[in-house]
Amino acid sequence: MHPILKLVAQRLALSFLLLLAASALIFAGTIILPGDVAQSILGQSATPEALANLREELGLNEPALSRYFSWLGNALQGDLGTALTNGRDIAESVGYRLKNTLFLAFWAAVVSVPLAIGLGLLAVRYRNRWPDKLISGVTLASISIPEFLIGYLLMYFISVKLGWFPSVAMINDTMTLGQKLQAIALPVTVLTLVVLAHMMRMTRAAILNVMQSAYIETAELKGLSGLQVIYRHAFPNAIAPIVNVVMLNLAYLVVGVVVIEVVFVYPGMGQYLVDHVSKRDVPVVQACGLIFAAVYIGLNMVADIVSILANPRLRHPK
Amino acid sequence: MNEQLDYMTGRVTAGKMTRREFMGKAAALGVSAAMASTLFADAARAAGPAKGGHLKMGSVGGESTNSLDPALAASQVPYHVLYNFGENLVQINADGSLNMRVAESIESSADAKTWMFKIRGGVEFHNGQTVTAEDVLKTMERHSNEDSKSGALGIMRGIESMKAEGDVFSVTLNAPNADLPYLMADYHLMIQPGGGMDDPATKVGCGPYMVEVDEPGVRHGFKKFANYWDDSRGHVDSTEILVLNDATARMAALQSGQVHVVNRVEPKVAALLDRAPNVNVHNVGGPGHYVFIMHVDTAPFDNNELRLALKYAIDREEMVEKVLRGYGSVGNDMPINGSYPLFDDAIPQRMYDVDKAAEHYKNSGHDGSPIVLRVADGAFPGAVDAAALFQQSAKKAGIPLEIKREPNDGYWSEVWNKQPFCASYWGGRPVQDQMYSTAYLSTADWNDTRFKREDFDKLLLEARAELDTDKRKALYSKMGYMLRDEGGLICPMFNDWVEATSTDVMGWEPTPSGDTMAGRWSSALWFG
Repeated sequence: MHPILKLVAQRLALSFLLLLAASALIFAGTIILPGDVAQSILGQSATPEALANLREELGLNEPALSRYFSWLGNALQGDLGTALTNGRDIAESVGYRLKNTLFLAFWAAVVSVPLAIGLGLLAVRYRNRWPDKLISGVTLASISIPEFLIGYLLMYFISVKLGWFPSVAMINDTMTLGQKLQAIALPVTVLTLVVLAHMMRMTRAAILNVMQSAYIETAELKGLSGLQVIYRHAFPNAIAPIVNVVMLNLAYLVVGVVVIEVVFVYPGMGQYLVDHVSKRDVPVVQACGLIFAAVYIGLNMVADIVSILANPRLRHPK
Repeated sequence: MNEQLDYMTGRVTAGKMTRREFMGKAAALGVSAAMASTLFADAARAAGPAKGGHLKMGSVGGESTNSLDPALAASQVPYHVLYNFGENLVQINADGSLNMRVAESIESSADAKTWMFKIRGGVEFHNGQTVTAEDVLKTMERHSNEDSKSGALGIMRGIESMKAEGDVFSVTLNAPNADLPYLMADYHLMIQPGGGMDDPATKVGCGPYMVEVDEPGVRHGFKKFANYWDDSRGHVDSTEILVLNDATARMAALQSGQVHVVNRVEPKVAALLDRAPNVNVHNVGGPGHYVFIMHVDTAPFDNNELRLALKYAIDREEMVEKVLRGYGSVGNDMPINGSYPLFDDAIPQRMYDVDKAAEHYKNSGHDGSPIVLRVADGAFPGAVDAAALFQQSAKKAGIPLEIKREPNDGYWSEVWNKQPFCASYWGGRPVQDQMYSTAYLSTADWNDTRFKREDFDKLLLEARAELDTDKRKALYSKMGYMLRDEGGLICPMFNDWVEATSTDVMGWEPTPSGDTMAGRWSSALWFG
């Protein structure tokens, strides 16, 4: 078997075990939290009888372990069950939210990844001169401001004052792609500003590291221009750490954007998960947790594989 | 100029001039924009509701866990959703009187034990079925039977039996209750086909709008129900509720014109928002109140001297000023204020009094150890600040308070109604009887001050059966005094409802009984 395929198979098996462990952890976590789903649904105005009736109906009187294993049994057969709180099919509602989350993450990545890498290359080309300092200064400033504040500022100036883009980034299936893109313009901008610095700095550092090598000097002596040296010779050799950082940021764009979702009222997974955690709706929390864990594990695996493929020494191990 | 203006307002009233034209011409006459806007609004109101348009609200309090089942509604968005597609037997008007909805008329037996609701003919569900007394009966049964998990279960307790005969739905009670019709206005009690027994979360109701989009935690869309029986309600073609939990996002959406109505305007931004062009801020005093509650059966709060000391040690004026920014009124250590019918406004207002607080504290013989007050911002907006103010004002009277901050998450299940001294809120009830029976009757589930007094219970039952309003008022006054002087409730303030609309929306009516015109914004507002 090809060593890469073997590696992927091994990683996949390991990921499955990791997901299993994650599901047990999530379940334990939701059990430890105070209060239960019945109390959370009915809130302050719950009578004891109503609570008892709801608990009975939701099967909360079963022991925790048997609830976990019956959930696990169904999940392994692909049945994620229905939400305890509103009885909706989890696979369907999560699917809808996941689609939205991926849509936002995709467009944020489309804007931010090329921009970050391009800016990183530029910063190297003009290192320690004003373009480098300007790029570093601006991106570091934007990562240092809390994301909700950037969100509020953009909302105030761009939607309330100028009226260019809506402050509510609510998308739905009846909208055209153009309308959707207009709706998500502000959150995409904020997310770009947030992830830009990390990727840009890593690109800059990784390429600068390679720039010390003898073959770069050779390339320069051949008479290649500054950017060509970086693009043709330095960048391919610096790709592994850059991909690592890009994948980490992509994972963040999928699993970590709940604040942006709240500020711009975007119907993604983050808000959905938070709602269900605060209502102790275990099956939904499990489903979301597993998806997030899978995204994280998957993107990390991609990063590893890409760095192996990018390095001939790792590609052909002895 | 006046003649010209009169002519123009006449044109507006006749529906022959738009806002834009009017404002332009008024400006040409040298009338200020604010003045012209007022003139236009008056003229448009005189013209009566215009039809059509898409009315959008941005509301706090929606989660992706929400269901359409009226029994499970507990926060603002489900509440407004219900008032869009559902209808009660009766509703409560802005002035506190009853508004007949699915019930056409109400009669009671002389002892107020049996109540007959005549069901209006020709009211249709959205699936075309006619609303019958049987549907009403089934609805009420679902909220009151043994398996009920309804939020309205508490108020349905006094019912002995119910039946449907022809077009009359009748209720027989265990004990007389002159306020029963008001209980039927509870927002959980929306009439559903077959009572929702088969499909609790059905999209079929009998309200002015039909459910079109249902994305819990995101948005809810409705369109006008063509066969709705009441032409005086439901002026727009379609409505939409956007779930905007974040306060800043909600205000920005209103200011940028993405919604026309928002609820829960934070007092600290209300004055600023009111200055923005194209926005009107509305506030109305209601029965909702913010409280600090003591368990009167738990030491040290079992000592009335200590309770009085704490009641005198709180500076109510300061709290209304600093926590509510003036959007509210001072409380008097009872859950009732002037927004309730039969309120006795002669009961003297308790004031901040350092000397009296110190004296009662001394009389209580408390050992001087800090009194722990548990609080979270989820208890009511500004609860942590209010507790800090309380701590400072009590300190001046030599009473040590220790504030313990609790997480919002789980506050209602772990702290409220469990810990002996904590912050909380009450949304209020339409009538005094309901408020007292919900939280101050010995047997009440939500007796969150553990106030259990036979003499108080007796007064409550006596008042409930009393059909003479003067006598009832006297009884309620007595109960008010009892709670104020001996209860475990410290009520520093009643909060106003503060909401905002864009200026192109007409028909706003301040309604004390609930959030955003008690849920009826969608059926009452129109575009002018």
